[in-house]
Amino acid sequence: MLKYVIKRVLMVIPVMIGVSIIVFALMRVFSPDPAPIVLGQHATIETIEAWRDANGLNDPVVTQYFKYLTGAFKGDLGTSYYTKTPVTEEIFARFPATIELAIAAIVFASIVGILLGVVAAVKKNSIFDAAGSLFALVGVSIPIFWLGILLIMFFSGYLHLLPSGGRIDVLLKPAEVTGFYMIDALLEGNWEAFGNALQHIILPALALGMYSMAIITRMTRSSMLETLGQDYIRTARAKGISEGKVIGKHALRPSLIPVTTVIGLQFGSLLGGALLTESVFSWPGIGKFTVDCILKSDFPVVQGIVLLVAVIFATINLVADLAYATLDPRIKYSSKKER
Amino acid sequence: MTTSDTTTTSECPIILDVKGLSTDFVMKRGTVQAVRDVSFSVHAGEVLAIVGESGSGKSVASLSILQLLQPPGRVVAGEVRYRGQDLLLLSKREMRDVRGNKISMIFQEPMTSLNPVFTIEDQLTESIRTHMKLDKKAATERAIEMLRLVGIPSPEQRIKEYPHQMSGGMRQRVMTAMALSCDPDLLIADEPTTALDVTIQAQILALLADLREKIGMAVILITHDLGVVAESADRVVVMYCGQVVEEATAQALFERPLHPYTLGLLESIPGMEDTEDDGQLYMIPGMVPNPLNLPKGCAFAPRCSWAIDRCASDMPPLVELEDGRKLRCFVDVTAVEPAAPACAPAESAPAGPTPAGPSPAGPASGEVRA
Ligand SMILES: Nc1ncnc2c1ncn2[C@@H]1O[C@H](COP(=O)(O)OP(=O)(O)OP(=O)(O)O)[C@@H](O)[C@H]1O
Ligand code: SF4
Ligand SMILES: [Mg+2]
Repeated sequence: MLKYVIKRVLMVIPVMIGVSIIVFALMRVFSPDPAPIVLGQHATIETIEAWRDANGLNDPVVTQYFKYLTGAFKGDLGTSYYTKTPVTEEIFARFPATIELAIAAIVFASIVGILLGVVAAVKKNSIFDAAGSLFALVGVSIPIFWLGILLIMFFSGYLHLLPSGGRIDVLLKPAEVTGFYMIDALLEGNWEAFGNALQHIILPALALGMYSMAIITRMTRSSMLETLGQDYIRTARAKGISEGKVIGKHALRPSLIPVTTVIGLQFGSLLGGALLTESVFSWPGIGKFTVDCILKSDFPVVQGIVLLVAVIFATINLVADLAYATLDPRIKYSSKKER
Repeated sequence: MTTSDTTTTSECPIILDVKGLSTDFVMKRGTVQAVRDVSFSVHAGEVLAIVGESGSGKSVASLSILQLLQPPGRVVAGEVRYRGQDLLLLSKREMRDVRGNKISMIFQEPMTSLNPVFTIEDQLTESIRTHMKLDKKAATERAIEMLRLVGIPSPEQRIKEYPHQMSGGMRQRVMTAMALSCDPDLLIADEPTTALDVTIQAQILALLADLREKIGMAVILITHDLGVVAESADRVVVMYCGQVVEEATAQALFERPLHPYTLGLLESIPGMEDTEDDGQLYMIPGMVPNPLNLPKGCAFAPRCSWAIDRCASDMPPLVELEDGRKLRCFVDVTAVEPAAPACAPAESAPAGPTPAGPSPAGPASGEVRA
């Protein structure tokens, strides 16, 4: 097990190097020269050249890359051209906001998706099944930003139930310990702040999680239908245990095996979706920040974010695989012989 | 007339009485009448065998008894009286109390009948805890006890394993342990051995016979292997195309089979004298009719060497003969030569394969062919 994890972690390194080469090249080919943007329109050629020298942009690209790579291995991703703050700091300041949103979205998507999927499968071809399928269809087809705007219009504009943007009321902001406001609020024992943060996260989490919810619903339904036709479900019924146990235990558990993989993949893609959601809901996370930095050609920051996202993807995949193996006893990490 | 069998079990009370059971599968392509007006009864402590070719409705009949059919399968008529109570009228809750407790079942497919993601312990203790109201520890103890009973070595360790860590024979033993764990009144064993190799088959059958004596339950043994019937059954119901075509004590059936289909089945037992001259195993000619399009008269008519004109147009009724046997055929095969001798050798008909075949087993016989 530990051997397997180490192997998987080591496998991430070549992926990271590949990813870093690609972003590095892309930024230098397609992004406008950052110097005039940083220094302003009226900068002289000399100041610009001096700035480029200082930031190593006049070196050959290969040299630039190796400098970057050696720095990265030491945990130094450079500093932002604008704020002069280390990239890692910039990222970690915004990172919890994004993760908090993504977790809220995936929790919503998993719970609702699995529930709807199970109901649709158990009540196959009924009105519940049809409604679930329709809901799932809407979920996969609706664009995030459009859904986001609809949600804001209805729940905050019309019903005045929920806030339209931001993470929390400034006055209620808890002291940052983890950076996850809901957790920080709980650590402080500040229920008001917790409730406020919760209210803020509902709409963006709905908007962001809708697509994944739909995918998880479909996956659960088909997986569940397959399981329900298995001989061991008949065995379970023949034992005389309650139907709730037959469905909730004997059918659900094997059905969740493929669903976990989907949830893992969806969590990865949520980080992409966060880009749009964060912009619509002015959620101060990585997504919104990335958009800003790309527009400003802030090379070190964009490179750092992309690397980080690659690490996150690899981690999520690993976690999903481990969860998969916990659910399915037939999977073995090592080549241990079967009896 | 051969002496009609008088076994002790036939005097025991009837515990399961199936009357006029009919089960349909309604599909877009048409309706399959998988079980048609089937009646039989099981006495306490006896082994009733149900035999018939693949597709004759044996599994569907047994699943109907426990109401384990999946749609589109549906019981459309009949009664399943268990100790006087019609199971088909029970509520879902009451039915759960019967399943796995009073009547339990071993399925045809040992490889797929256990849930792959739970341990043997988990799956075995579930019914024990549900029906016997034991706590976790006591249930595990009983489960280990049951595994030992069905001959699984070092059950304390193996109970922690998952199904994929076990062979087919071991899994069928686990299924058997599961079915027996709440001391059922009646065990329905649906081809408990067909998926297993010959030695394991013999072991499982011996095990069933042994356990039956210990626990004193009745068994419905479903099989298409008449060799198995000869070894372990008291009475036999022969099914063809969803119908009962003959019912008799095992001894009577082997000594003097009356239905042309039964004759064909007996002749196709491997290792019997009546294999064809060229050493080939006898096969009933023709094929089982398409269940969506059954013949109008006797379902066996297209394959029957004794068929007369009437067979194609009229359905023969199931008639009770004077010695308690039941038969669904217009022709007395003991008196009439087959019309088409090429299909079924005439001389084999009256004598039957008994002389050289496996000796008809007494009610408590537990001996097993190697
Ligand atoms: N799920 C189903 N849908 C449609 N028809 C079915 C279904 N299950 C069984 N049948 C039909 O019911 C008939 C009886 O099947 P059954 O499984 O009872 O046969 P069997 O006697 O148990 O055969 P075997 O020896 O192969 O187990 C068959 O003709 C089959 O086509
Ligand atoms: S009724 Fe006719 S066709 Fe059917 S088994 Fe008897 S003789 Fe054969
Ligand atoms: Mg069957």
